[in-house]
Amino acid sequence: MTFTFDARVARRDFDVSFTLEEGETVAVLGPNGAGKSTLLNLISGLLAADDGHAELEGASLFDTRAGTQHGSKPPHQRAVALLAQEALLFPHLSVLNNVAFGPRSAGARRQASHAAARRWLAEVDGSEFENRRPAQLSGGQAQRIAVARALAAEPRLLLLDEPMAALDMAVTPAIRRMLKRVLAGRTALIVTHDILDAYTLADRVLVIERGRVVEDGPTREVLERPRTAFAAGIAGLSILSGVRTPTGLRTDDGIELAVSTGAAAANATEWPAPDAGTAVIVAVRPSAVTVSNRPPAAAVNAIEGVITDLEQRGDLVRVRTDRLAADLTARRVAELDLTDGSRAWFSFDPGAAALYPATRPRAR
Amino acid sequence: MKASSGYAGVPRWVLAIAIIGALFVVLPLVAMVVRVNWGQLIPLITSKESTDALLLSLRTSGAATLLCIIVGVPMALVLARTRFPGQRIVRSLVLLPLVLPPVVGGIALLYTFGRQGLLKAPMDFLGIQIAFSTTAVILAQTFVALPFLVLSLEGALRTVGTRYEAIGATLGAGPTTVLRRITLPLVLPALVSGAVLSFARALGEFGATLTFAGSLQGVTRTLPLEIYLQRESDPDAAVALALVLVAVAILVVGLAHQASLGNAGGRQRLL
Repeated sequence: MTFTFDARVARRDFDVSFTLEEGETVAVLGPNGAGKSTLLNLISGLLAADDGHAELEGASLFDTRAGTQHGSKPPHQRAVALLAQEALLFPHLSVLNNVAFGPRSAGARRQASHAAARRWLAEVDGSEFENRRPAQLSGGQAQRIAVARALAAEPRLLLLDEPMAALDMAVTPAIRRMLKRVLAGRTALIVTHDILDAYTLADRVLVIERGRVVEDGPTREVLERPRTAFAAGIAGLSILSGVRTPTGLRTDDGIELAVSTGAAAANATEWPAPDAGTAVIVAVRPSAVTVSNRPPAAAVNAIEGVITDLEQRGDLVRVRTDRLAADLTARRVAELDLTDGSRAWFSFDPGAAALYPATRPRAR
Repeated sequence: MKASSGYAGVPRWVLAIAIIGALFVVLPLVAMVVRVNWGQLIPLITSKESTDALLLSLRTSGAATLLCIIVGVPMALVLARTRFPGQRIVRSLVLLPLVLPPVVGGIALLYTFGRQGLLKAPMDFLGIQIAFSTTAVILAQTFVALPFLVLSLEGALRTVGTRYEAIGATLGAGPTTVLRRITLPLVLPALVSGAVLSFARALGEFGATLTFAGSLQGVTRTLPLEIYLQRESDPDAAVALALVLVAVAILVVGLAHQASLGNAGGRQRLL
């Protein structure tokens, strides 16, 4: 276990504990105000925990059990580097001196720190900018340099706080590719809202809501079989919870749904079919849902819903209800005359849904 | 008045009042320049009394500015970056010399550092006397000039914020390294302009100096004191010296403005 964390902050209703393995990159997902920033600030030492402890590679970062503040290391002694949404390059230093800042602070001489800085600049494809001032860089270039600066400090743990949120959409893929390269084999925590970031960069996902860890598991597991509304939302799935029946499940509000463990549920083969009566969840992709104004023919899963939201997504419209969502063409939306508050029937094929236990088996 | 790009809705009557205000500031200077006896200018300002006063003013103001920087930077840092009970009161007290009549400041200094002052015992023990010495001039100038530096720097520190400092700390820099390599360079323009304001205020100091340091030629008689004295006996000399003081002030402010402009320009160019 390379990093263990367990802390509470009463005034932010924050109570989180988890561990990281050596070289593991974990994505932290969660709605705004869930406590992601609090988590990063606690780890980097910019915020003090009321109660708890954290260790990184055997060294204590803070430990309230040892007495008030007694065991809390200041940020500069923690070997935890923070990469924020904005690059925050020091405006008065050249790119090279920005990257050399960490090595210099660690006591390296000018020459050695510049050599290290050039190495890391090459790593992020930023060598050509070494003599520029931060104000001469574009957002994407600045964020590359910020990554090099963070890595040059040789942190044992790297924290990334939505590193691509402030960037131009056009440069995001290149930055993501670069991050994938430099994060390989590195112990890191990346806060993100982007499912692609989670899939590309993270081995594991933590979902934080209201200051608690509500989901923790391998990336694919969490995003393909979400247990919480937030994870389902970010994965673009609709989920319904209920109990297992021989043919599928009965939802919490008593609707019988049929789910076949056919080809579409191929992933379910990893899991034994849940026993009848156990709490289960069914996940349905909006593209697999059809909508009609009248109850559809029998034998198909159909739920009546009140439309809460219509969102234009390219040539499709995502129609949301409090239970299921559906992706429809604009023409179909017009034909059905769907608006906020109107009622419609949402149906899906038994083979198009995934069924899995409501509690995730502990992987570790 | 040529309208620049965009809507600038300044009513004419506002413009009129602004011009009256500007005249109010500029006209007295013009009136003084008109009164200068140009024929006698050089002998008047190169007399022993005049040069003594000018050099003393420059020396003491320079020393006072240095003192302001040495104690003002830590004061601004503590006010801007820490939180402690009674902080607002402390800030108000530190800024008090801004609104205090300088004469009152001089009396207060006299009762602190004077022969019968609050610090009489330790000063007697160390065998130092401050009142009515050049040191007293410097202390009086520092006392009135310090708030300018603290105020200007504290504002800049708050504007810059702590985000760069936090990043520096997570990169492994200790508090002193962060201060030296991040904080101070970021607020350098404000530090320069604060120091210039302090220098200008020290240069013009009159009331506190006269009260606390007296008026001894070459020791405590700074340029403003000299001008005031000459006004009685030799108005031509007073006006000539006043012109010198205005010139020095304009020079200092101009140089500092140039320096900060050069700085900002350097950054502008990079955009």
